Amino acid sequence: MSAGEPCVRVESVGFTIDGAQLLRGVSFTASRGELVALVGPNGAGKSTMLSLLAGDLAPTDGSISLAGTAPHRWAPRELARERSVMTQSHSQTFSFTVRELVEMGRAPHEASEEDPAIIDAALVDAEVEHLEGRDVTTLSGGELARTVFARTLAQQAGIVLLDEPTAPLDLRHQESLLRRARTLADEGRCVLVVLHDLSLAARWCDRVAVFSAGELTALGAPDEVLTAARIEEVYGQEVVVIPHPATGRPLVVPV
Amino acid sequence: MSRVRTERLRRVPLALALPVALAALVVAVVLGIGLGPIELGPRTVLAVAGHEILGIGEGAPALETTVVMTLRMPRVLFGALSGAALAVSGAALQSLFRNPLADPGIIGVSAGASTGAVGAIVLLPPLATALTAWAVPAAAFAGGLLATGMIYLLARPSAGGGTSRLLLVGIAIGAGFAALTGFFTFAADDDELQSVVFWQMGSLGAITWLKLAIAVVPVTAGVGLLILLARRLDLLTLGERQAKHLGLDVERTRRTMIVTTALLTGASVAFAGTIGFIGLVVPHIVRLVCGPAHRSLLPVSAAVGALLIVVADTLSRIVAPPAEVPIGLFTALMGAPFFLMLVMRSRAVHG
Repeated sequence: MSAGEPCVRVESVGFTIDGAQLLRGVSFTASRGELVALVGPNGAGKSTMLSLLAGDLAPTDGSISLAGTAPHRWAPRELARERSVMTQSHSQTFSFTVRELVEMGRAPHEASEEDPAIIDAALVDAEVEHLEGRDVTTLSGGELARTVFARTLAQQAGIVLLDEPTAPLDLRHQESLLRRARTLADEGRCVLVVLHDLSLAARWCDRVAVFSAGELTALGAPDEVLTAARIEEVYGQEVVVIPHPATGRPLVVPV
Repeated sequence: MSRVRTERLRRVPLALALPVALAALVVAVVLGIGLGPIELGPRTVLAVAGHEILGIGEGAPALETTVVMTLRMPRVLFGALSGAALAVSGAALQSLFRNPLADPGIIGVSAGASTGAVGAIVLLPPLATALTAWAVPAAAFAGGLLATGMIYLLARPSAGGGTSRLLLVGIAIGAGFAALTGFFTFAADDDELQSVVFWQMGSLGAITWLKLAIAVVPVTAGVGLLILLARRLDLLTLGERQAKHLGLDVERTRRTMIVTTALLTGASVAFAGTIGFIGLVVPHIVRLVCGPAHRSLLPVSAAVGALLIVVADTLSRIVAPPAEVPIGLFTALMGAPFFLMLVMRSRAVHG
């Protein structure tokens, strides 16, 4: 599939569970080469949207296709070659090393001589190469999140889904993770990332999708979508949006 | 964070750990065959085995030959087989439940298998010996499968089953099956059935070559299959969602694991009763030495489990001769403190 052609298609998707409608009427597409942020208040449906895209859940209305097929209809291993997922929680029970955990990212692929190099690169990109031999059950939340990000990178899927990857990270690692996500998109992958930090979304993403109460209320370039009026309406919080002194991208600051 | 925790993990590679464990097992088997109320040296044991099995050497007098070939060798070899089965089944259950406290004895799988075996002995019409020999392990397998399935439905990780839920559900299911076993035992003739102690504490006293031959097939197949699935078992320890994201067919892998652990536990329980804690202690020790990756964990656990039961069975014969102490006493003596330690540690981690 060439760059620019949508590889993620979401058409009139709704999701209802136990009588609660978590999403309704969501439609959008995303293409290779794009980094798209999913933002919105707690409970707006961003993570549900990501679970639907990942194939963990099947939509109760509408349809989703990843690279042409509904995620829950793919054979698991085939799907894992097409899309990788970084979930929010990744608690570890057994003492694998950081490297062993990242190696599991190669599981969907046939074993190859290039695997060690791919894993080395993923460890470096996620800035966990110095932790390579550490027991994953002793890592801090941020270190573990970076290790799981490295595993996601090692999976080398064309569609990358990241659910609040920056939540446990410090300032520098938030930047470096999104910088890597940006280069993933520039390499021709389609990257969808759930974020809470609107300025971070504005700084790195091509488009921002704003979810509110289960609906997609706005989708577009950060400076079009992230206006003070819309953010106040969606979040119920007064903000000012000022241009970043260095990049000119929108900075969202609470008042 | 302490210095120890930040250190790079040291691991003994499979290529070293497995040969060492197997060598220790061979030594334990030879000594185990020799020790007991009638004591035979390793040389005698090897002479008999060489003559009777391989047809080489002079052999030994008739008494020694009978002791080795009829009394001791099948039971010691079955002990090894049973230890491998229980240790591997414990390791697999721990990955299935993402919980190092899962063990066929503790969560009630062995109790289910016991009920199956006892039920077959009591309820089936008297059959030809060879048929009964097959029917009992088949029923033990069915009982183990039923227990594992129930525990899985009630305490699977994705159904919000933490450690306490797993253990409580296991206790309940174990107690229910133990009660059924008790009724069957009570209702039956003594001739038909082993004692309640046999099903609770285990014994290798009634092992014959036929029983050994019957158990070899499911145990070898089960251990072999799980070793083939090693990489998938690694993925499953990450959690169902994460495993699926990495391309694992979670449903199929889980079903395979439930059936295989029931097969392994059933093969052991049908002929040796419940020998507890092997499935808890062995994988834990092996993880500390070789790491949690199943490629090493499963084969080394099989060898160490076999070693441990052969040693425990030998002790059960030599502590108070000519009486035999139930083997489960030794494994429980070793396993109970271990279990407590793991429970305390899991509380420290999970709050």
